[in-house]
Amino acid sequence: MGWTRKDLVTMRELDAAEIVLLVDTAASLQEIAGREIKKVPALRGKTIVNLFYENSTRTRTSFEIAGKWLSADVINFSASGSSAAKGESFIDTAKNIAAMSPDVVVVRHSSAGAASILARELSCGVVNAGDGAHEHPTQALLDLLTIREHKGHFEGLSVAIVGDIAHSRVARSNIHAMRKLGMTVTVAGPPTLIPPFVQELGVKVSYRLEDAIRDVDVVMMLRLQQERMTAGLIPSIREYSRYWGLTLDKLRAHARPDVLIMHPGPVNRGVELSPEVADGPFSVILDQVAKGVAVRMGVLFLLAGAKGGGGA
Amino acid sequence: MSLLIRNGRVVDPANSVDAVQDVLIDSDRIQRIGRDVAAPPDATVLDATGKVVCPGFIDIHVHLREPGLEYKETVATGTRAAAAGGFTAVACMANTQPVNDNRSITDYILAKAATEGIVRVYPIGAVTRGLGGKELAELAELAEAGCVAFSDDGRCVMNAALYRRAMEYTLPFGAPLISHAEDHDLSHDTAMNEGVVSTELGIPGAPAAAEDVMVARDILLAELTGAHVHIAHVSTAGAVRLVRDAKARGVRVTAEVTPHHLLLTEEAVRGFDSNTKMNPPLRTKRDAEVLLEALIDGTIDCIATDHAPHAASEKEGEYDLAAFGIVGLETAVGLLLDRLVRTGALPLATLVARLSRDPARLLGLPGGSLAAGAPADVTILDLEAPWTVDPARFQSKSRNSPFGGWAITGRPWRTIVGGRIVWQ
Repeated sequence: MGWTRKDLVTMRELDAAEIVLLVDTAASLQEIAGREIKKVPALRGKTIVNLFYENSTRTRTSFEIAGKWLSADVINFSASGSSAAKGESFIDTAKNIAAMSPDVVVVRHSSAGAASILARELSCGVVNAGDGAHEHPTQALLDLLTIREHKGHFEGLSVAIVGDIAHSRVARSNIHAMRKLGMTVTVAGPPTLIPPFVQELGVKVSYRLEDAIRDVDVVMMLRLQQERMTAGLIPSIREYSRYWGLTLDKLRAHARPDVLIMHPGPVNRGVELSPEVADGPFSVILDQVAKGVAVRMGVLFLLAGAKGGGGA
Repeated sequence: MSLLIRNGRVVDPANSVDAVQDVLIDSDRIQRIGRDVAAPPDATVLDATGKVVCPGFIDIHVHLREPGLEYKETVATGTRAAAAGGFTAVACMANTQPVNDNRSITDYILAKAATEGIVRVYPIGAVTRGLGGKELAELAELAEAGCVAFSDDGRCVMNAALYRRAMEYTLPFGAPLISHAEDHDLSHDTAMNEGVVSTELGIPGAPAAAEDVMVARDILLAELTGAHVHIAHVSTAGAVRLVRDAKARGVRVTAEVTPHHLLLTEEAVRGFDSNTKMNPPLRTKRDAEVLLEALIDGTIDCIATDHAPHAASEKEGEYDLAAFGIVGLETAVGLLLDRLVRTGALPLATLVARLSRDPARLLGLPGGSLAAGAPADVTILDLEAPWTVDPARFQSKSRNSPFGGWAITGRPWRTIVGGRIVWQ
């Protein structure tokens, strides 16, 4: 089957076949990174706007590289130092950018739903590069690609997602995608960081790290934001790290020897991950980053190519 | 000058009437009601055959936005929206700019209402100065100037000691405190109901307990002081239970519910349409069911719209940054007729009572009855008229409604205030 959607906004709305298509497309584009000349003409003459309302080095860079390797013209628009900083509304900014006829707009925003709103307002393709605590589909896709490369398949795998589930768009996108692909998901963290009724998304909940990581194929550790402490959600970083930080000792004692350790980055070393785990033999964190470029190439290719006319 | 409303089905719960009758209005009062009333020589005759003639509807929770926020709504446009929606009277909240926390603002609103309003306007005074929650507004003078109740609506008076004093101080005035029941610590930085939908959407949610905690507190304070507390826009099953228990104990507590909390749930937020964002937020299906039960059994005393106009720029864009609130005056009656009365969920006479008799009693307002001598405020309904909600055609200055495009059968047909037809 082919790609039929104008936008990539959520994993929730995709079916398993669409997710696999996105992962397969990314897999096929991976080899470009190994070429001496990292450029293919697939999106020549196409314009991609990176509309970033939230600071992000890795995601923006990843989309930018992906667009450039596909020969698209990539324009970066960040909210600071732009019209947004001068008080222009999100919708006005979006409409102004749309008036310049881009083919795809990649949006990162701190408000949940921002990408959905943009997709509704704009006739061009919209890629959600993270909207508040809602979704971050390309992160889930690169996680899936990483998992499949290491485990060979999706069906039947078990994953523990550990940490600040409540505020994590990465967790939400992965939960939706993994459930659709037949994987078992456990979310774990102190109850204050587990969102209410999360079981209704089809996941198990654990309040103990040692239990959560036992017998799973993948452990995905989430970043802990410092501000969760001032919001009264955890007593201290120290205590969090003691009970929820993943150390080599805990891994050796409770996890399987072939477990994968993943993290969407940036890592707080010594908080959710001890340095020897982050850089250790179980870790595929840098592999995730590398796959990020392939995933974004695949998404941009499908969205810009799926449109009628094909850029003729 | 007189007006004879002929041959309509009169539904007047205050006088236990539901029958085809004629209603004769002389000047600004109901003069007679009965069969085959002869038209006086000078009378205008309005043939209401097939229509439903009710006491004028009263909405005790409206934001008219004047003074200070005239870009959202004015007394002129807000009262036209009310008339178009079948309301003959509105009570307007104090969160204007400046706040209605002193007599000069009350006087201003009443002067505007007298010159530019087309329905009756009853101002509600602030409880605390500037809605700041720190010190009492000049409540006695506000009452004397014509405020019919006191409320910091939009905010909750978080200081229980101050709220207790407000209850005691206002006891002699016979004007209730209207509580916007919300624990601001529990609801801090939230934009919708806390539940499975907020978890999925990643929008911070306010738990039902943020409302229930304050309803419980206000009931206890009403019990302590003997004051009448009215709970605005009840939205949770828990708040209903608290109000029901308190009423059974004899506490002077009353409550209202909005059409949107009866008809919509948190599921409506899924499209990130900020016209589904209001405070209190849309709750669960179970909550909506309990609210309807409570409206029918009288635990909830009346329907009020919480008409909250906002400019388009305040409602478009990011969901979490959008303003809270929706307009309701022009859709309430049609929606309730179509979705609740027509479906058999709510008896017509109960709907009429909760829109006329009961809000009038609750605030001690004239009206709510078609008895001889009552003010000639009448709402006439056409239960069969089909229409589609089109916010572009609202009389209100604002368009922030989640009901745009809804196909509805039944709507107000004529609105009569003080014997004058103000809307048709």
